[in-house]
Amino acid sequence: MSRDSAEFMPHPDTWTRRDLLDLESLTLDELTTLLDTAFAFKQATDGCRRKLPLLEGKTTSNLFFENSTRTRTSFGLAAKRLGADTVDFTASSSSLSKGETFIDTAKNIEAMNVDVMVMRHHTPGAPHLLADHVDCAVVNAGDGTHEHPTQGLLDIMTIRETRGEVRGLTVALVGDIAHSRTARSNIWGLRKLGAHVIVCGPSTLVSRGWEEFGVEVAYSLDSILPRCDVLNLLRIQFERQYTRPFPSVREYALLYAMNADRMARAKKDILIMAPGPINRGVEITPDVADGPHSVILNQVTNGLAVRMAALWLVAGARDKLRQSICRGPAAHG
Amino acid sequence: MPSLLIKNGRVIDPSQDLDRVTNVLIEGTRVAAIGVEDFEAATVIDATGKIVTPGLVDMHTELREPGCEEDETIESGTAAALAGGFTSVACIPNTDPPIDTQASVEFVRQKAARARNCHVFVLACVSKNREGQELAEIGSLVESGAVGFTDADRPIHNTELMRRALEYCLMFDVPILNHPEVLELSRDGIMHEGLTSMVLGLTGMPSDAEDVMTARDLRLAEYTGGRLHLMNISSGGSVELIRRFKSRGAGVTAEICPAHFSLTDDTLRTFDANCKVNPPLRSRNHVDACIAGLVDDTIDIITSCHAPRASEKKLQALDRAPFGMVNLETTLSLVIKHLIEPQFLTWPQAIRKMTINPAQALGLSKGTLQVGADADVTIIDPDVRWTVRRDEFHSRSRNTPFEGAELVGRAVRVIVDGEVRFARD
Repeated sequence: MSRDSAEFMPHPDTWTRRDLLDLESLTLDELTTLLDTAFAFKQATDGCRRKLPLLEGKTTSNLFFENSTRTRTSFGLAAKRLGADTVDFTASSSSLSKGETFIDTAKNIEAMNVDVMVMRHHTPGAPHLLADHVDCAVVNAGDGTHEHPTQGLLDIMTIRETRGEVRGLTVALVGDIAHSRTARSNIWGLRKLGAHVIVCGPSTLVSRGWEEFGVEVAYSLDSILPRCDVLNLLRIQFERQYTRPFPSVREYALLYAMNADRMARAKKDILIMAPGPINRGVEITPDVADGPHSVILNQVTNGLAVRMAALWLVAGARDKLRQSICRGPAAHG
Repeated sequence: MPSLLIKNGRVIDPSQDLDRVTNVLIEGTRVAAIGVEDFEAATVIDATGKIVTPGLVDMHTELREPGCEEDETIESGTAAALAGGFTSVACIPNTDPPIDTQASVEFVRQKAARARNCHVFVLACVSKNREGQELAEIGSLVESGAVGFTDADRPIHNTELMRRALEYCLMFDVPILNHPEVLELSRDGIMHEGLTSMVLGLTGMPSDAEDVMTARDLRLAEYTGGRLHLMNISSGGSVELIRRFKSRGAGVTAEICPAHFSLTDDTLRTFDANCKVNPPLRSRNHVDACIAGLVDDTIDIITSCHAPRASEKKLQALDRAPFGMVNLETTLSLVIKHLIEPQFLTWPQAIRKMTINPAQALGLSKGTLQVGADADVTIIDPDVRWTVRRDEFHSRSRNTPFEGAELVGRAVRVIVDGEVRFARD
């Protein structure tokens, strides 16, 4: 940690993880620490416009084995706002096509003295596997259909920012739950913070199994709509399936698209969110996406704050870990 | 003639309902006598406190040669078999090229003879080039020594081909071994479909993918009267179907491997590719149903389902990592830990499923200590504690999820054709 950071705020004792791999395994304290840090960063940087050079001299690397525009840009910008150097790595330009395992690729990049590795991969568990094989900190930027912790955090941050409190709110995740990492991260985060979570979508894409985890399962958006405080409209992931799980986009839109008609039947202060990229006309009509209830662009800004928080927290935890290893057991206490 | 006396062991030979402390005399390559008398022999092995069984028979092993020598060779695989207590293995033809010609059957048999470890029996392809389209030349393959037919990990998907295969094999009296899995239901799957796959976002392989084809195969076996062996049973639904058909007298055998009675799908939470097997590790209710199937003999055979894969293949993201786990050197100890110690099976019941039952399913004159039988014997120390260290494996591959596991009991002497081929102190 640089001197500046200690002046601004000390690295919190509630955060000791070297990696941020998922929200499922976080404690409530850890989750709150992440959110509080993100809020503090957003305020201290005038909505993430200014720099807060807490990671000066550190290097973060974006390892993206799957396409991404906003998450990658967001992580890159977050690192720059913190004063870190960033290295970008794209799968298409990589040696992966030459048969190298992604672990070898990652270890090569780590050998260039990278402190934090941000990884997106199309396979669940890939960041966990990576974390087992490297010494740098690892942040999961989306692993297949498993989790997308920073997306979950920025969604929750946006809800908390707008409504003050998450506890007691009814939040519906609508759409392709089966293939959505955003849904999973939201479910764990929101449940820990005390929200009532509904997963809603076609029965081919929403498993009854979620009820085991205290989540309400619904197939009809219209039936749950009047109860919802927040709607998070997930994109249909056409690229992840063979047989279409519903007959047509038209029928999907008929059943699940958030449009003016449905808005009229929703709570007056309903929040409309979407993790993007959005399919206008499929899960959301343009008037709703650009309407007064939509916080879609706030989500993007908050994403920057959340990613700054994540990078700073894991980098700090890694430093502490390394110091305690160098000093040995005597350093404890 | 060289002679060998195994003294004072607890001799368990389910083929003759034998379970008592006695002596086994071997002369040359045959079992010469069993009894408490003082036999004279050139060599004497004191087996006090040990269990003496017919050499264990594994009817489902991958030896990977020819073509996949980075995973295993016939020599290394048979060495691993010996270390695990197996004196006979039947190898499945997921090789490159697949074993679908007389020449390739002879290649495996010659390599095995040269390795001089355990006996190797060849399971050849049901279909030409393992493509699931046309029958391989089953008659010629039987002539060159194939003892059964399977397309290995590829299910016989074409229902008509399955029917023809069962029918055609009637005249050679050899079994068809099928891995039941409807691929449209399990496509791209990584693990068992259930709560854990839902949480982890890993593509699921529903147990129905297994059950639907199990049901089909049982129907066809009953209809044709062919000999059917179901490989790799892992689901409660399949156990139930097999139980029902067996009660009607259908001539079917079924196997399970240690993965499916030792581990559950929760293990995948580690994202360890060594836990990626096909069929997948199932949830607790399926594991319990499979154990119940072992108890009532619905599942009559325990195999290793040894599937060696080179470490660079397993060190990939879960979707790219191949299925499979090595098991030859851990199967017996896992049987002891998960089936015998919890008293699901007695020692004789477990040994039956690893000796005479698989031998009979393949029509082999193995798995017995009857006087005159081949002198293949496994001596097991049931009390020895050991820790799984994959670097000590004889197999070329290391893909086990049991690294570091504390196990009890393993083979200490393995005798093939009257010769001690493996000894451990």
